[in-house]
Amino acid sequence: MIGYESDDDACVYVVSKDIAIIQTVDFFPPVVDDPYDFGRIAAANAISDVYAMGAEPKTALNLLCISNCLDMGVVRKILEGGADKCMEAGVVVAGGHSIEDEEPKFGLSVMGLCHPDKIRRNNTPRIGDVLVLTKPIGTGALSTGAKADLLNKETLSLMVETMAKLNRNAFEASISLDVSASTDVTGFGLLGHAKEMAGGKASVTLEIDSRRVPLLPHALDMARDGILPAGAYRNRSFVGNHVVFEEDVSLAMTDLMFDPQTSGGLLLAMREQDVEPYLSALHERGDVAWIIGRVLPAEGTAIKVI
Amino acid sequence: MKTIDARGLSCPEPVLLVKRAVLEDEFPFTVLIDDETPRQNIIRYASNNGHEIQLTEQHGEYEIVFTK
Repeated sequence: MIGYESDDDACVYVVSKDIAIIQTVDFFPPVVDDPYDFGRIAAANAISDVYAMGAEPKTALNLLCISNCLDMGVVRKILEGGADKCMEAGVVVAGGHSIEDEEPKFGLSVMGLCHPDKIRRNNTPRIGDVLVLTKPIGTGALSTGAKADLLNKETLSLMVETMAKLNRNAFEASISLDVSASTDVTGFGLLGHAKEMAGGKASVTLEIDSRRVPLLPHALDMARDGILPAGAYRNRSFVGNHVVFEEDVSLAMTDLMFDPQTSGGLLLAMREQDVEPYLSALHERGDVAWIIGRVLPAEGTAIKVI
Repeated sequence: MKTIDARGLSCPEPVLLVKRAVLEDEFPFTVLIDDETPRQNIIRYASNNGHEIQLTEQHGEYEIVFTK
């Protein structure tokens, strides 16, 4: 139902006039040292694609790559982390498959259900809508800092918990709202995914207010010191020419907006009058989101950062 | 002049070696790297922290001189 041209987050198969199946898969090598945390993050990340499509995740299958010399206790911890996160999301882990590989990898293929009319696309933002982001950015820069032990315990833990957090509240609080475009911010960074949202035809310009983009603590310190992953530069070279920055946006801030995220938040375009009810609904669930921009008529660029 | 050979090191190690040399006031010094990511990281560190650098490239390897 949704083709390759739109770079959407999952495959959609319409079973009947009331039911569409959303199928997604994502897996990656460890992003943190602790195997249980890695499992939680990989699961939250894989499930997030289903929320981004506007669907409720239902079942999942594990994908695991392990080397022979990896301690079985470690493997068990990864799977436990994944299973606990799935349970939190109401997702049944129905099995999975493992193969031998030198570098460990873990992730899941997740199935979700949705009414075919409720499927959310990532590239159909409506002019006048407000852009809302549901997690702070900076996990790529902080992960690079963590590799060199540059993070204190609090920052490290906040980074891990941010990545391990489900986008469940972010999605559920928006179910009754008329969301015009939805995606989750992952490897292409905030601006890469915003570029996808703006679409190829450049019929809109997404204006992002850099002062309102939430950052994880110390992410800006990392960016200022050049502690950035290769992906941040790759993302800039892929989408940089679709972005116009106002002069006063600092280089470090622009770097963070290209920083690849692991298990990032949802980026939603919604009607202005829906924003306050959405934030209140999130607040009731003990959660938050940030207004970061708006959808403007095309101004000759996919994205404008002010 | 001190030379930091950061070729083959994985990020963020090269930029951290540069930062250490700066903090220990070892100007002028040269850093050698052989990849795009440390090049970008070091340029950013220098530009965001007000250091003057000269960059030269030869056969995919870079030499960056920190003057102050």
